[in-house]
Amino acid sequence: MTFALVFLAIIMATVIGWLLRQTLNTQPWEANDPVENQPGRGVISSDPAKIGLISFIAVVTSLFALFLSAYLMRMKLGDWRPLPEPNLLWLNTAILVLASFAFQLTRGAATRGQLLTVKIGLVAGGACTSLFLLGQLVAWQQLNASGYFMAGNPANSFFYLLTALHGLHLLGGMWVWGRTTMRLFAGADTRSVRLSVELCAVYWHYLLFVWVGLFALLLST
Amino acid sequence: MAYVAIADRDHEIEHHAPTTFITKYIWSQDHKVIAIQYAVTALFVGLVALILSGMMRLQLGFPNSFSFITPIDYYQFITMHGMIMVIFLLTALFLGGFGNYLIPLMIGSRDMVFPYMNMLSYWVYLVSVIVLLTSFFVPGGPTGAGWTLYPPQAILPGTPGTDWGIVLMLGSLALFIVAFTMGGLNYVTTILQARTRGMTMMRLPLSLWGIFMATILGLLAFPALFVSAVMMTLDKAAGTSFFMPAVMSMGENLSHEGGSPILFQHLFWFFGHPEVYIVALPAFGLVSDLLSTHARKNIFGYRMMVWAILAIGGLSFIVWAHHMYVSGMNPYFGFFFATTTLIIAVPTAIKVYNWVLTLWQGNIRLTVPMLFAIGFIFTFTHGGLTGIFLGNVVVDLPLSDTYFVVAHFHMVMGVSPIMVVFGSIYHWYPKITGKMFNQTLGKVHFWITFLGTYAIYLPMHYLGFLGVPRRYFAMGDTEFMPESAFTLNQSITISALIVGAAQLIFLYNIIVSLKKGKDAGPNPWQATTLEWQTPDTPPKHGNWGPELPVVHRWAYDYSVPGYHDDFIPQNVPADATPATSEHGSDT
Ligand code: HEM
Ligand SMILES: [Cu+2]
Repeated sequence: MTFALVFLAIIMATVIGWLLRQTLNTQPWEANDPVENQPGRGVISSDPAKIGLISFIAVVTSLFALFLSAYLMRMKLGDWRPLPEPNLLWLNTAILVLASFAFQLTRGAATRGQLLTVKIGLVAGGACTSLFLLGQLVAWQQLNASGYFMAGNPANSFFYLLTALHGLHLLGGMWVWGRTTMRLFAGADTRSVRLSVELCAVYWHYLLFVWVGLFALLLST
Repeated sequence: MAYVAIADRDHEIEHHAPTTFITKYIWSQDHKVIAIQYAVTALFVGLVALILSGMMRLQLGFPNSFSFITPIDYYQFITMHGMIMVIFLLTALFLGGFGNYLIPLMIGSRDMVFPYMNMLSYWVYLVSVIVLLTSFFVPGGPTGAGWTLYPPQAILPGTPGTDWGIVLMLGSLALFIVAFTMGGLNYVTTILQARTRGMTMMRLPLSLWGIFMATILGLLAFPALFVSAVMMTLDKAAGTSFFMPAVMSMGENLSHEGGSPILFQHLFWFFGHPEVYIVALPAFGLVSDLLSTHARKNIFGYRMMVWAILAIGGLSFIVWAHHMYVSGMNPYFGFFFATTTLIIAVPTAIKVYNWVLTLWQGNIRLTVPMLFAIGFIFTFTHGGLTGIFLGNVVVDLPLSDTYFVVAHFHMVMGVSPIMVVFGSIYHWYPKITGKMFNQTLGKVHFWITFLGTYAIYLPMHYLGFLGVPRRYFAMGDTEFMPESAFTLNQSITISALIVGAAQLIFLYNIIVSLKKGKDAGPNPWQATTLEWQTPDTPPKHGNWGPELPVVHRWAYDYSVPGYHDDFIPQNVPADATPATSEHGSDT
């Protein structure tokens, strides 16, 4: 549980630290008239959707941290036999990096209003992600073919479980990606998709980060 | 473009009021309608859980008298009762119900920031409830594993409901978590982003601080339940061995090998303890507002109350293993967790003192919500004190899994939050419906419930000291149970049935008052918070008419000297009132 605790401690410390800054040095019982157009002190200047996404990322972090804690605890028991990760995973990782890269480019293009680049970038990002997911499926098949079944050993079970979970989160992102792309090709201008593109980029970077962490753990154990 | 808070972009945002019956009341995206949907659903399953508890009590009080309650039924009742009460009633009601209703109104916003997701949240919750209740009708019935669902027994033959029941339970929990996450992201983002002008964090009513922190806890802790549910489902359905050790069952070796049941316990309680505060923090918040309003006095030590909520929230993640003292853990761990458990009692005790000090020299009005709020202080203090017993390893060892534990957790997280639920429903009923409920019936409901719960749970402490174990269908003939223990059990059962029946008074009152109640007017309790200042009662879609309110003061300006009323609503300008800073945080 140490692992999950460290992550949660970081998240909680951020939340509570921020909240404390809102609450120290205030005299709540004093009445005053707020200045025109000045929001309540401590509003984070950001779009609600961004705050929503950041909170969601905190939730997903908690989820993965707990899975990894379980992994590390289960690993210590006697029957754990590591499985050989298929080399294909390296290729998949590279593809996911490309996807992330594509989204980053798209994000920049969307702020500058370059419609064509946004279109190309989105399609490329989506294509790379689909390729990554496909690659993961192939990796599963390879493992299955060489006899590393889900129920064979806890190491296998965790491998399938964690990769599936990560893939599902990517699929969720693909849903937003699909809606954005459709809107764009139906004639929306870059302004109206800017926010979605930006959110996608952040989410993809985050899932890349999760994948790299997972992959490193899987390789090293 | 300079940043403009969404609270100040009100005129740019279009608000379409729904027009058809379906969009208004069924597929509604209005937070008030969703709140009521959540609350009604939660109260309905709560009623199911109440009936189950009545059946269990019948068996315990009069063993061998009811042939329709078998040991298998008893385990299934326990499990469903516990799980429904904790998750599907209290969590859903406090956050989905009160959270949804109060957050936008109290911060002066027109709705949640993601209304569509809010609607989805309710519908997924409803599906999770339906899945849960379906398990009563599948072959083998619901799971009888206890609400803690400990493996290996939860999925081994011999425990009731291992074919379908456990799978439906785990699936239903997973759905609930999805629903809660959608709602929770909404509550957090709305509080952070949609506060009206002047509504600083430190001017939030304590209700919202409680709901806010509880939501954060839920968002971070429910994943632990999700993780354990997923892995247990795989152990059950795919033959993995995350939690399942090698077991012989009915003379045969099962395919599982090497798994760790203790791992499950860690994950479960990593969720389970914060869950206690997911239920308790909203109750703390709501009760603070009830006490302040009905005592006509500002809450004592507002900032301390906020910090206590933050401290409890943070600490609640490092006490989970106090539920596992008997699992054979390293004594140093036990020492660590006992210490953190006692530390968390400090901010909790501060809150209790502050509630009592709020009442001191207040102008107390013994309205129905106030009675329930004061009742909460009693029951919570009792439950909290026994928690300090159980938090110490040496005291817990003999008491673990006895009726002392049953008494403790019912007082602290059963009865106390329920007191606040009733108090809050009575308090906000006039705003939600526009009608006043019947005060006399409300008082009768309070006294029967309050005295009745003591009649139920005080004797259970004694049964626990005797060593009567929990989760037992019948005690049979035992050396250690004197005759008096059996009569006590009968008296507990009779009290429980009376308390259960008394809840019909409550239902009757809130249903009949919908039609027959007197018009309540916009602000019957003369409260300061924004939800009482809406132009319409009940508030219409969009809550505020053309202009959003502007906030000039905190939520606790009661009995300010020199002002013509004994309350100053939050949206009254500062210069309309005498300088309040001199009156400070005490009266
Ligand atoms: C009149 C109200 C209630 C009565 C009469 C009642 C009665 C009972 C009984 C008889 C048991 C089984 C004890 C055993 O055999 O070990 C039980 C267990 C339990 N109750 Fe209640 N209860 C009530 C309300 C609540 C509420 C409001 C909650 C909400 C937190 C709650 C939560 C639980 C839990 C978590 C368990 C443990 C289930 C388990 O052992 O797996 N109960 N209750
Ligand atoms: Cu606990």
